[in-house]
Amino acid sequence: MTEAGAGNPEAAAPPSTGGAGSGDGPEREAGWTGAVRDRLTSRLSIDELLPTRQPSYVGSWVYVFGVVTIAALVWVVVSGVVLALMGSAWWHTSSLGHFFNSIHFWSVQMFFIFMVLHFWGQYWGAGWRDGRAKTWMVGVVIFLFSIVTAFTGYLVQQNFDSQWIAVNAKDAVNSTGLGGFFNVLNFGQMYGLHVMLLPIGVTLLVVIHVLQVRSRGVVRPIGDPYVPDAAQGSASGGPVR
Amino acid sequence: MNQPAPYVHWGFILISLPNLVLIVVMLALFVAALIAPFPHRAAHHRADDDD
Repeated sequence: MTEAGAGNPEAAAPPSTGGAGSGDGPEREAGWTGAVRDRLTSRLSIDELLPTRQPSYVGSWVYVFGVVTIAALVWVVVSGVVLALMGSAWWHTSSLGHFFNSIHFWSVQMFFIFMVLHFWGQYWGAGWRDGRAKTWMVGVVIFLFSIVTAFTGYLVQQNFDSQWIAVNAKDAVNSTGLGGFFNVLNFGQMYGLHVMLLPIGVTLLVVIHVLQVRSRGVVRPIGDPYVPDAAQGSASGGPVR
Repeated sequence: MNQPAPYVHWGFILISLPNLVLIVVMLALFVAALIAPFPHRAAHHRADDDD
């Protein structure tokens, strides 16, 4: 080892930490907090988290569908919180309750409509290119989570419609084998899933999805004439992996 | 609204009219988003490419 160091000056150099911080980067500290911090700061800078400029191709209405979906989700959550606070007797009998019930219902419709439009845009634009496969996959999981969340919403309306749906869905769920874990006729279980676990899951996944988009930037259009294929990889000038 | 929705039956396709209308509207919205001009696009078009 001493001989190798004497014969090769590079062998005596301190080991590189690799990644974005190789060379002049800050030294890594021990412990999981330091590891998480280093990973987050290397993957997502504040400039990428809150950019002031976007590539020119983002100037299209197709790229608006995603943020409209998030706006609808905000209304879903806000109206849902009000409904949970006031209870089913309120949303079934009072005018204001009907109003918030309708806001909740129609914001969910908007959420799904624009999520599907966003999905179309990303599918036909191959949004998974240039290292964005995980972003695409998280989006698919959000879609699936949202379907289950909406389904439990239909089950907890506290009216004949929800009872009819639950009785019919019982057989469908049992046929999949999930009936051993989820009983759609159990209002308490469906309500707990609908107002707590599933919305938290959807919201967390959406946050992760947005952070993924921020870390890599918006994918370039297929056949973008301004940048050769070899240089593609980071639309926002962010880290290339 | 207190009655079943009308259905469109065309061959093996059977779909309620509200669902059909919604799908058509979504397709129209998607096509419109592709071709409709976006505000202020021209002002930022070349500046961003210089980065």
